[in-house]
Order: sequence, then C-alpha cells, then structure tokens
Amino acid sequence: MTDMPFDWLTFAEFSLVGLASGGLLALIALGFVLVYKGTRVINFAMGEFMMIGAYLFWTFAVPMKLHWGIALALTVVGISVVAAVVERLVLRPLSGQPTISIVMATIGLAGLLHGLAEGIWGGKDLALPQILPRKPVLLGEVMLQGQVLWSFVIAIALIAAFTAYFRFSRNGIAMRAAASDPVTAYAMGIDVRRTARLTWMFAGVTGAVAGIIVASMTSLTPSLGNVALGVLAVIILGGLDSIAGAIIAGLIVGWLESVTVMLFGGLARDVVPYVVVLVILMVRPYGLFGTRDIERL
Amino acid sequence: MSPILEVDDLTLAFGGIRALNGVSLAVPRGGITAVIGPNGAGKTSLFNAVSGFYRPQSGRVRFDGADISDVAAHRRAELGLARTFQNVALFRGMTVLDNIKLGGHHRLGAGAVSAMWYVGRARREEIALRESIEREVIDFLEIDHIRNMSTAALAYGLQKRVELARALAMQPKVLMLDEPVAGMNREETEDMARFILDINEERGTTVLLIEHDMGLVMDISSHVVVLNFGEVIAAGTPAEVRRNPAVVEAYLGAQATQAAKAAA
Repeated sequence: MTDMPFDWLTFAEFSLVGLASGGLLALIALGFVLVYKGTRVINFAMGEFMMIGAYLFWTFAVPMKLHWGIALALTVVGISVVAAVVERLVLRPLSGQPTISIVMATIGLAGLLHGLAEGIWGGKDLALPQILPRKPVLLGEVMLQGQVLWSFVIAIALIAAFTAYFRFSRNGIAMRAAASDPVTAYAMGIDVRRTARLTWMFAGVTGAVAGIIVASMTSLTPSLGNVALGVLAVIILGGLDSIAGAIIAGLIVGWLESVTVMLFGGLARDVVPYVVVLVILMVRPYGLFGTRDIERL
Repeated sequence: MSPILEVDDLTLAFGGIRALNGVSLAVPRGGITAVIGPNGAGKTSLFNAVSGFYRPQSGRVRFDGADISDVAAHRRAELGLARTFQNVALFRGMTVLDNIKLGGHHRLGAGAVSAMWYVGRARREEIALRESIEREVIDFLEIDHIRNMSTAALAYGLQKRVELARALAMQPKVLMLDEPVAGMNREETEDMARFILDINEERGTTVLLIEHDMGLVMDISSHVVVLNFGEVIAAGTPAEVRRNPAVVEAYLGAQATQAAKAAA
C-alpha cells in the first residue's frame, strides 16, 4: 500500500457505506436521546426494544404470513404497548428516585426482556423476510448495497419526522416542556404521566424499526440488542439530549468505522472510532451538541 | 357571595414535621387575598396542596363549588387554578411565545393525532388561541418586544412577567402567585403590582398570593391570611391583621410585643 497512490474511489465507496450505516446508528441513538430528553434516564433496555420489535415483526410476517406492511403496523402497535407497560410498571414507580437506581432498573429490564424473548421464541437464529431491496445502487462510480442505502433513507425519514414533531406540534412542545421541568408543566395542565408514556412509546417504535432493519441485514437472535450498546459511544459523542447530535455523531462513527476498515483492516474497526470519540470527549466532555450542565454517569 | 376557593382543615405532614396543621381559609371571589407568614410557616406547602402537588393527610379543598381534593394537579389547572412559582420556572430553551402558549395548552381540545398533522380543528384552535394570547396576554403585559427571545436572555423582572403571562394564558379563575415580587427592585415591584391590580379589576380574576413585601401586601390585597408554624393565626382585612397582637408576635417575637406594650 505504501508505494500505491491513495485510492480515492475506494475511499469514497467506504465513506459512503460508512455514512449510510451511520444513519442506522443515528436511528438507534435517537431512541436513547428521546428517552433521555423526556425522562432524564439512559435506557439500557433500548437494544431489547429493538430485539422485541424484530421478533414481533417476525411473528406477524413469518408464522402468521401477513403482508409486511400489515406486520409492520402491528409491530408498531405491539411495541407501543410493551413500552407503555414498561413505563407504567418499571419507570413510574421509580420516579423521584436517584437516576442511578432508575438506570440500574433499565439494565435489569434488559435482562428480563432478553430472557422473555428466549423463552417465547427460543435461542435459534431466525431469518426475517427481505423487505429492503437488495439491488445495488450506483451513485456515480460508487456502488452501494441497496439495503444499506434504504436503511439510511428510512432512518433519516424517521429522525426528521420526530424532529418536526418536537419542534412544531403542540404535543411535542408539551413533551419538551414536561422534560425540561415536570413540576411546572404539571401546573400548566400538561399530563406529565401521559407525556412520559408517549416518550417511551416513541422510543419503542424507533427501536423496533431499527431492530427490524438490523435483523433483516443480519439475523434475528435474542442477542440482537447488543448492537445498541455500541451506540452508547454515539450518544455520548453527540450529547445525550440532542437529536441533531445523535444524527451527526451517528454519521461520524459510521464513517470512522468504515474508513478504519479500509485503512487498518477489520480488527481495528472496534477500536479506532472509539479512540477518536474519546479524544473528542476530552475536549468537549458534554458531547458535540449536548447541554453543558448535563449529568454524567 | 360564596368563596371561590375554600380550604377546610388541611393537614400535611412530612414524616414528623407538620407543614400544615388544620389549616382552614376562604378566598373571596373576585378579591386579592394575600397569605403571609415567617419563613417556614407553610405558605408554599399550602399552595402546593391547593394546586395538587402534595396530597394532604386530611382536609378538603373546594374550588368553585366542587370538591377537588382528589383531582390531579393537571386537571386542577384545566379547571382554572393557575400558579406561578417562587423561583422562576420558565421552560429553558424555548422562546417567550412558546412558554406562553404552553399556558394555553389545556384550552386546545384536539387529540394528538390531528394535532400532529396540524389540520382541521387543531389548526383552527391554534389560530384562535394565538389571537386571544396576543390580545389578552402579550399586549396586556407589554411584552410584545421580547416575544421571540429566549427566556434565558431576559432580565429577572421580565422573566417573572413572562411567568405571569404564561399563567394568564391559562385563563384562570384563580391566579396563585408565589412571591411575585421577590428579588425585584422598586420599579419592577411597582410594575408587577399594577399588573396584578389590572388583572383583578379588569377581568375579575381572583388573586391568591404569597408575599413578603409588606408594603405590597397592605397596598393591594383585600384580605390577608397569616400562617405561622403551619397554622392560621389571623385573617381579615390588612388593617385588622396589622393590629392583631398574634401577628406582631409571630413577626417580631414576644419580647418585641412586650416592649411595644411597655412603650405604649
């Protein structure tokens, strides 16, 4: 490689793949950020929401043989119910407790959901129907896998929808208000319990969509949720409470991973991006876009 | 006329500490009622119990003819009980206008789904709300020039005024103000006093306020309730309360009372 000229075409290809897979990272990060913004909790069961969502989709699409659109709609409903139940039974009784206790509860919840999924669906690898077109797409001279491109498009569309909802809709603004000061919001006639429930439901739906995408590109096992732990670096880089931060950090980490593979080989993939994240955090400890006084765990 | 807000034998304890001990009071409709008392007397606890944040161990709260003791705080707000907070409790990272519109949140009836698309009823309601807020709140409180500013950038006195604006946007029947002029300079205090009087006189809104500024209390209130150690020790017109020996004692201590008697 030393005497070869730098291969810009390959670099562009790896960069594009990286940015596209970064979209998926950003979507998962969005799930974390929604819950953090809404309830100041880092939800370590985010990956399990992804996994449960993917299993629900599989159940509706494969054994029940429903059209994928209907299966997706039912999954959205199903995961919303799961998230609402989790909020009611796990989070609400703990409201007012120290953040660390609530975070520990989400870790316990992750284990519980993992075990539940294994009990219901077994530990075997399952295959999801291919809903994303596999056909490669040519962007100029660079070829991109269809799945990767489409997952990027879906991720960005969902992120844009949530951003618009929080910025412009009355309910979204009420949710922001409840997040920033629940007591005052309560005094304004905002049903704070309802906004908390809605926040978890949104996070559940985000997770389910991400889970379906991940499972359709790889395979479906109860350990699918482990992907989400890698995304923690993304949300911390972006700033825990910033949707814009989640997107940009997702793209940065996705790109870094891909380019690292090209330059240093696959082994470095899990190391180099995180070293870069670490260095950035040393300069900006609250993340690229996070609120300065944010609480660190 | 029957009182608009009645508190009947309210007892609120935190562990062994009785913040409120058998507190009863009546807030006359259309008046300005002040709750005064030394620090720790239970004034803010009383506000929190009335607005539904605290659940008292015993006692009832009646509002506008109905018993609201078991009603959740956000529902009490919808019924027409609005309040401000002792410290400025504006939503950070939102503009003045967004903050004020949140006060009108409960007046919009359209559900989450149609509100999401901003169509039909949701759109009409939103427009109507904006118009009424422009007229009745923003023009009224003279904050047109800061409407699009972030609340964090405002001077303290203006922040308190925005908080009042947000409470007014709720179109309350009873406006509860927790230390509306705390930390304000003379001029800001006079502005706030004028706004409170205008709200009360022009709209007939009942005002219930907690305040340490005795000058303000004596000037604007029609009825004063004095709390000490979680109990009501006096109630009446400002002039009556001022003459009440129990009140003088609570504020100045027993020795001062004796000294005053000796001097007299």
